[in-house]
Amino acid sequence: MIPEVYKVIHRQEEYPGTFTLHLESPASPPMVYGPGQFNMLYAFGTGESAISFSGLEVEEGLLVHTIRAQGTVTRALERLKKGDSLGVRGPFGRGWPLQGIEGKELLLIAGGLGLAPLRPVVYRAWQGKLKASRARLFYGARRPTELLYGDEIPHWITKLDVVMSVDHGDNAWPGHIGVITDPLQASDIDGANTVAFLCGPEIMMRFCIQVLLRKGVPESAIYLSMERNMKCAIGLCGHCQWGPNFICKDGPVFCYQDIRAWFQIHGL
Amino acid sequence: MKTIANLLHEHPFFHGLPESDLQFLASCAENCVYHEGEHLAKEDTPANHFFLIRSGRVAVETFVPNRGALCLLTLHGGDIFGWSWLFPPYISAFDARALEEVRSIRLGGACLREKCETEPRLGFELMKRFARIATERLQSARIQLLDIYGSTPPEPGTTP
Repeated sequence: MIPEVYKVIHRQEEYPGTFTLHLESPASPPMVYGPGQFNMLYAFGTGESAISFSGLEVEEGLLVHTIRAQGTVTRALERLKKGDSLGVRGPFGRGWPLQGIEGKELLLIAGGLGLAPLRPVVYRAWQGKLKASRARLFYGARRPTELLYGDEIPHWITKLDVVMSVDHGDNAWPGHIGVITDPLQASDIDGANTVAFLCGPEIMMRFCIQVLLRKGVPESAIYLSMERNMKCAIGLCGHCQWGPNFICKDGPVFCYQDIRAWFQIHGL
Repeated sequence: MKTIANLLHEHPFFHGLPESDLQFLASCAENCVYHEGEHLAKEDTPANHFFLIRSGRVAVETFVPNRGALCLLTLHGGDIFGWSWLFPPYISAFDARALEEVRSIRLGGACLREKCETEPRLGFELMKRFARIATERLQSARIQLLDIYGSTPPEPGTTP
């Protein structure tokens, strides 16, 4: 698959080192993708990086990606300005199983940058387009100044239960200070009638899964988005192989029941 | 009007405890309201009480010179605060300050210790409950130390 050339039409700094790009292709038809899938973004002359969709599926043909500048490629993407070009391949991977949440309570559990792949689901919940009986967002971050989409969250709260927690905060912070597992543990969860989508640092997800299991949420109702270095994005090169799974092709969203064994193997 | 025993019964810390035990403990307890900014406990002062938080937010803090109060965690309705009353020298390790109006049940530490000594079965049951919460708080503190949301996760084999 050859990358299509897209232009940056808007760039937003979320907080230092983390930014959102809005991309448009003058030539290509609008890309059809699902929440939880990803694109390979190509910084010309540097390389590609797998980045999840973080916008609405149909946003006037735009692609929205939130990126943390962490490696060579993402630092090159960070330097892009409005009007600059980049290559885009995609969409790839399996996204969030929205068809399995009908009549259930949906828990969205995000940590740090992990809110980005869940934002398309949050949008759907906010717009009342989900068939879940109720949707709640638990969002953990390092500190209040490192919250993603800080200008949108007040709007989400009007139609969605949002519980936020930061590791470090001051008196001005109205939410929880501590780790996100604490408010999750304290919340009323009808385990048998709940589906949980998790995205964030793997350590955070492991501890949140322990809480969910204690609350009676079955392993088959827990989905998480995994992250490994990717190269080809179509399951051929093996860069993102995780046990028998390829994160790019079989994931990045997996059902916990299917991958539990691989969580316990160090070094994978 | 609810009795103290009723309020104890409603708090998650005492869920499942027999009514007779709650009645037994009720004489150690009193209903308290703290307004925003008031301290439930202060660092390095006698830890005479154990608090069941019914509603409101409490910041567990420590004072950093030239910086002010550093909040370590917040506690909410359904949480508890204080176990320094359990062990000598019965001195609070941190400040606990109401961030908004806090409704709580305050139990006397000496009274509780005496009840636990008198009724070891109840004492053991309470110790199990404290130990579970202490373990959860320790686990949370460890996760906080990992700084998992940082852009550079801790290197393997190093201390964050």
